[in-house]
Amino acid sequence: MASTSPTIAGVGLADRPRASRVPARLDLLQSFTGGVLALFMWGHMFFVSTILVSKDFMWTVTRMFEGYFIFGKPYPGIVSVIVFGILVMFVAHAFLAVRKLPINFRQWQMYRGHMKVMKHEDTTLWWVQAITGFMLFFLVTVHLYQMLMHPGLIGPYESADRVWSGRWWPLYLVMLFAVELHGGIGLYRLAVKWGWFERGDADATRSALKKAKWALTVFFLALGLATLGAYMKIGYEHADRAGERYVPASVQQGAVK
Amino acid sequence: MTTTTIVKAPSTTPAPSATAARSGGVATGTKIRVHALRYNPQEPGSVPRMQTYELEQSEGMTLFIALNEIRETQDPTLQFDFVCRAGICGSCAMMVNGRPTLACRTLTRDVGPDITLAPLPVFELIGDLSVNTGKWMRGTSERLQAWLHGDAKARDINRLEERMEPELAEQLNELDRCVECGCCVASCGTARMRPDFVGAVGMAKIARFRLDPRDKRTDDDYYELVGTDDGVFGCMSLLACHDVCPKDLPLQTQIAFLRRKMAGKGWA
Ligand code: HEM
Ligand code: SF4
Ligand code: SF4
Ligand code: FES
Repeated sequence: MASTSPTIAGVGLADRPRASRVPARLDLLQSFTGGVLALFMWGHMFFVSTILVSKDFMWTVTRMFEGYFIFGKPYPGIVSVIVFGILVMFVAHAFLAVRKLPINFRQWQMYRGHMKVMKHEDTTLWWVQAITGFMLFFLVTVHLYQMLMHPGLIGPYESADRVWSGRWWPLYLVMLFAVELHGGIGLYRLAVKWGWFERGDADATRSALKKAKWALTVFFLALGLATLGAYMKIGYEHADRAGERYVPASVQQGAVK
Repeated sequence: MTTTTIVKAPSTTPAPSATAARSGGVATGTKIRVHALRYNPQEPGSVPRMQTYELEQSEGMTLFIALNEIRETQDPTLQFDFVCRAGICGSCAMMVNGRPTLACRTLTRDVGPDITLAPLPVFELIGDLSVNTGKWMRGTSERLQAWLHGDAKARDINRLEERMEPELAEQLNELDRCVECGCCVASCGTARMRPDFVGAVGMAKIARFRLDPRDKRTDDDYYELVGTDDGVFGCMSLLACHDVCPKDLPLQTQIAFLRRKMAGKGWA
């Protein structure tokens, strides 16, 4: 095709006579990566919150992800692979979504002024999404790198020691709010953007979606705060033995010398 | 920018009173204050400022009546537009308490007693509350080729028109109700940040022709018009357009429809 010539593309004529299909793909991928990440975050929250049930239960779920119950011994490398997949999604999503952020003072000023006079909920929510998205760039990167490099250090004591003695809790606290707000708004936006669940009355659907969005955000924030609190408490009580790994009583008994 | 009057936060729910409860807001006979943005870009040295006019709430008063009263009795220099005063021509759109709407269809008792008025952003400012939406709309129609592209045979006026399902005709009529007032564009955060963005009115027009079987254009043709980040993929689904449209066009549904159709061309 002639328009694939670097010369034609170089002078900005690659889109004649046929407009590039890339913007359509980017839009779909932005939604896809955002949706996958947001749903993953729900699953993730349920896994980490197993600590609220018991240390043993959290330990069991963690070992399950390491293939312990299939292979008979833990392979933390499996966790690294999952983390790497999420990292790819995350980088792709950030790359796509960053196109939407205000990129200079004029755009920033326009949006801020507009938002203040309009007092329109979805317009303000977009701002919250943009700000939290920007925060996630930094917060999530640190967290994912840690998980990629130390996948084996996940467990009732291991995680709690990191949260408390390793002083990760401030990062997790900020990240919790950023992710829950961003992901919740994002899923709501996905639904209205693509017209999901729209049965006849679009306005009724939208207000139901908005309610569901807030309910989910509140639910996951509450669960997240309780979970973080639980790790901080365990970490605090375990501080003088920080670094010691957790071994469930059942396994200790089973491993007779 | 200077502000000569302190503008109170827009209050759509004024303090209730016995009479107000009956008339649904500000009581007839009470004082209302119109805070209008004054600025004349044609006049050298003109600086945007707010000016307050006080007048008495009369029965069934609209902003059209209030502004004309101000112009007749207080300030003949105040610029604003009206033609039909019945929500049909779309020329009276302005920012009322921060949101775009048709002034002729706005009752002062619903938005007073303090009413802040400003011209629509995005469009070329003529002066005070008057903007040139027509120029923008014409540019958009040309850019989007927003007219029916039928086949030549259909132009034979002796031929019977093709039949159409009543539901479809109803859908098209819904979209044809757009009065090109520009409220959707002025309410759109995306349009504010990115001047080349097509806006909801543009997308609704394309969706309208996409629905119409008499228009022979294909999705590939529509993609040429709106398949860009200045087109449907630029829309961030803020839905302010949908919420402010004074003619209640189903903008949310139509933008989502167009987005699905155009995204479907991504790998086709
Ligand atoms: C570097 C980190 C991130 C940045 C900069 C970012 C930024 C953004 C922005 C600006 C939007 C709005 C796009 C638009 O209006 O069209 C968005 C959408 C979205 N984000 Fe993120 N985000 C990040 C991470 C995440 C994470 C971790 C999740 C998962 C919880 C997520 C889930 C979503 C979803 C579901 C959407 C809606 C997608 C769409 O509208 O197509 N994002 N993101
Ligand atoms: S779509 Fe609605 S708000 Fe937009 S120009 Fe038409 S009538 Fe006005
Ligand atoms: S949905 Fe939002 S971004 Fe899209 S046109 Fe309407 S106001 Fe603008
Ligand atoms: S004057 Fe025609 S719509 Fe208001």
